[in-house]
Amino acid sequence: MGGSKGVRSPHPQPCLSFPLSHSEGEWDFYWCDVSWLRENFDHTYMDEHVRISHFRNHYELTRKNYMVKNLKRFRKQLEREAGKLEAAKCDFFPKTFEMPCEYHLFVEEFRKNPGITWIMKPVARSQGKGIFLFRRLKDIMDWKKDTRSSDDQKDDIPVENYVAQHYIENPYLIGGRKFDLRVYVLVMSYMPLRAWLYRDGFARFSNTRFTLNSIDDQYVHLTNVAVQKTSPDYHPKGCKWMLQRFRQYLASKHGPKAVETLFSDMDNIFIRSLQSVQKAIISDKHCFELYGYDILIDQDLKPWLLEVNASPSLTASSQEDYELKTCLLEDTLHIVDMEARLTGREKRVGGFDLMWNDGPVSREDGAHDLSGLGNFVTNTHLGCVNDRKKQLRQLFRSLQGQKKTPN
Amino acid sequence: MLQEESDLALIIAQIVQKLKGSNLYAQLERQAWASLQRPEIKLESLKEDIKEFFKISGWEKKLQNAVYSELNVFPLPSHPAAPPEHLKEPLVYMRKAQGSWEKRILKSLNSMCTELSIPLARKRPVGEQKELLNKWNEMGTDEPDLSLFRPVYAPKDFLEVLINLRNPNYENGDSHSFRTHLGLIQVPLKVKDIPELKEFFVELGLTAGQLGIDDSTQVPPELFENEHVRIGQKVLSEQDSAAAQQYIRQGSPTALRAELWALILNISSQPEDILYYEQLKTNVIQHDLLVDSLIYKDVKLTASNDDYYFVFEDYLYQVLLCFSRDTSVLGHFAYNSASPPKSYIRGKLGLEEYAVFYPPNGVIPFHGFSMYVAPLCFLYHEPSKLYQIFREMYVRFFFRLHSISSHPSGIVSLCLLFETLLQTYLPQLFYHLREIGAQPLRISFKWMVRAFSGYLATDQLLLLWDRILGYNSLEILAVLAAAVFAFRAVNLMEVTSLAAAEAVLADLSTLKVMPLLQIFLFATVT
Repeated sequence: MGGSKGVRSPHPQPCLSFPLSHSEGEWDFYWCDVSWLRENFDHTYMDEHVRISHFRNHYELTRKNYMVKNLKRFRKQLEREAGKLEAAKCDFFPKTFEMPCEYHLFVEEFRKNPGITWIMKPVARSQGKGIFLFRRLKDIMDWKKDTRSSDDQKDDIPVENYVAQHYIENPYLIGGRKFDLRVYVLVMSYMPLRAWLYRDGFARFSNTRFTLNSIDDQYVHLTNVAVQKTSPDYHPKGCKWMLQRFRQYLASKHGPKAVETLFSDMDNIFIRSLQSVQKAIISDKHCFELYGYDILIDQDLKPWLLEVNASPSLTASSQEDYELKTCLLEDTLHIVDMEARLTGREKRVGGFDLMWNDGPVSREDGAHDLSGLGNFVTNTHLGCVNDRKKQLRQLFRSLQGQKKTPN
Repeated sequence: MLQEESDLALIIAQIVQKLKGSNLYAQLERQAWASLQRPEIKLESLKEDIKEFFKISGWEKKLQNAVYSELNVFPLPSHPAAPPEHLKEPLVYMRKAQGSWEKRILKSLNSMCTELSIPLARKRPVGEQKELLNKWNEMGTDEPDLSLFRPVYAPKDFLEVLINLRNPNYENGDSHSFRTHLGLIQVPLKVKDIPELKEFFVELGLTAGQLGIDDSTQVPPELFENEHVRIGQKVLSEQDSAAAQQYIRQGSPTALRAELWALILNISSQPEDILYYEQLKTNVIQHDLLVDSLIYKDVKLTASNDDYYFVFEDYLYQVLLCFSRDTSVLGHFAYNSASPPKSYIRGKLGLEEYAVFYPPNGVIPFHGFSMYVAPLCFLYHEPSKLYQIFREMYVRFFFRLHSISSHPSGIVSLCLLFETLLQTYLPQLFYHLREIGAQPLRISFKWMVRAFSGYLATDQLLLLWDRILGYNSLEILAVLAAAVFAFRAVNLMEVTSLAAAEAVLADLSTLKVMPLLQIFLFATVT
């Protein structure tokens, strides 16, 4: 087994009975870099059982400009097929325009809503690099001129693509601080769509207090840990809350019903975003992918999708963080199931709940429908208790039992 | 019996006296006058009709809640001839010890003051006032130089004082017997044993449902949780303080907790309360106190470094700075063994006309003080409400954790209760720890002084504080401390040093409070 990330589990793993491979080409499982993928995937032969941790064209979902295009197309399709109400469920992405090709459309929208703030993001960079806020067209005129005269042009490197996005000016604040949520979604296949949702995740806080007065202050607006680390206020103790705590906080402030609605709206985001790229992504049975979704909540408790990451950071900023990420990886490997232990009918493996299996997945019988509308109760438990060790023990014990009884 | 009747009459007279000066009295009067307009009020049966009106409109309930609140907070008068010091603390040697501890604290504060040449209080120049007003909601972003400030004292200093406490009238001889108390606290106070605790905490028993146990994922909500939530909602709609206090002994549902606590503490945010808070805020803006720097330092050292509470840093300043200027807190010194420190205007030392209480609320913060406020930020988000709740929690409970008294909820009794429980029911463990120089109280003291804030996970802490409110007693802190030791007894028996024992007990964040308490009280063979 070759791996470039080198993350190890602290627990002795009965399932990792595969030896580590150091030679190129001799592997059964590869947790690869997207750059390796780009260069090698197309001319790498893989046996039936081999697994690799990315889809060939994942950027349809993870690059902001592609994702916007796919989502817009999907929304139009939904409107044609199922009407305006159904299509409105896709309105979780702030209005976005690709630059420079949609510049004129953007200017039109800009003129319609004077005074609102926009955020400019490079499509391909991560960790908050290259992002800035603006309110006047003049600001981006200057920026356009600057980038044009940069050295890149001289070397004939194409100008980087950006997107201009409506900046959410009324984010939900806790303790006066802005935050966003990091949620993990594991996609095992696109055709049919099979996606798992991890129960744990975290809220990342900005270190400084939110105010619209200082749009130049990156530290206020960008909640990315990488940016926060460079802020002069940064306390290494971390500016993260586990999702359980966040969920409890909201429940004590707004009541369980409002929280249920918010989390089910988030489920909607995950599923619709995946559906919108379902046809575009090259489905390959060798591929799976662990996505890191970034969600922002506004003051009306509406969740917004900021972006989807194909290679969510697996470095840990604290002990709590380390535990979360190692357990996340362990459970991912359980689901990938190189040892073929699972039956394929499981709805829960460790901290992952099966969210979508070519259709919605229902919870076990006796589930609570808090909305009272007799609606379908989904099998997601984001921010809920994660007793994964116990569940894994029970699961593997029952699988052992099944193997012994010849049937 | 005649004695009981006259006692009751005395209590009633005292409560009436107290409530007469309150806002509620003025409101009731206004309501009574206004009700004269109503058609059902007849002159012939004026008294009865007004009483009936109060009952229907909910004002009687409010009065009931106020009376209940007074009964909870104020100790019942022991004897009409008892001097006021007895209300603070009946035992002379305790009073003396508290007095000399206070002198030490004040000396430490004064010397810091002189060393740093900072006045205890000064008026802020207008520019500074404006700046502070602008930054009011984000004081946490300030980074003043606090390196020269030290906390006035830390819990371990206080522990040393308690260890040296002795009753001069008590001599138990030099001979050691099985009755000899092996712990650090050597004062003869009456503490409850497990049978008495079982009776006291009967609602925590194995046959009663509990939030913190019976709301876990394995238990179907129909068995207990749903009904409990329904009852909670009913209690809130009835606005009955006493019922809420009884109800919360089995824990409070997350969504109802903020309102339930407010009901039990009899806090309702009236416009006058908000105004009062704003006035305190103005005081903070206008004057700078030395204790402000101590508060800043404490918040930066404790709450800001905490994984859970760092988010609420700004609220902590807004509450604590106002708290130190709130003279209404001085009222609680009537039943607190402590007395507010006095300071004199410069140059007028000793002249009573120039004496002021310093800080204005008489409470000098110590290392970890801000942790009393931090968990409340989870429940209350409006500064004036958060402030009121904290102030009431302080004058009802928290003050007992850092003043020397014989009260059953006072820290001395809690320490003794903890040590006695451990020695009686886990004698092998106690003896072993003592032998290796790791007296259990040295480890558990800091948990109890802070009411476990910062040591337990927040949801567990709130379940614990539910019970403090429900039983109107802090004894549960000592029981929990003993239960924690019992839980980790196996590991503790293997350690050979104080440092190793501390390590075993360093991380309490995974503990589930209610199962531990239940097992210790109700499921251990004694």
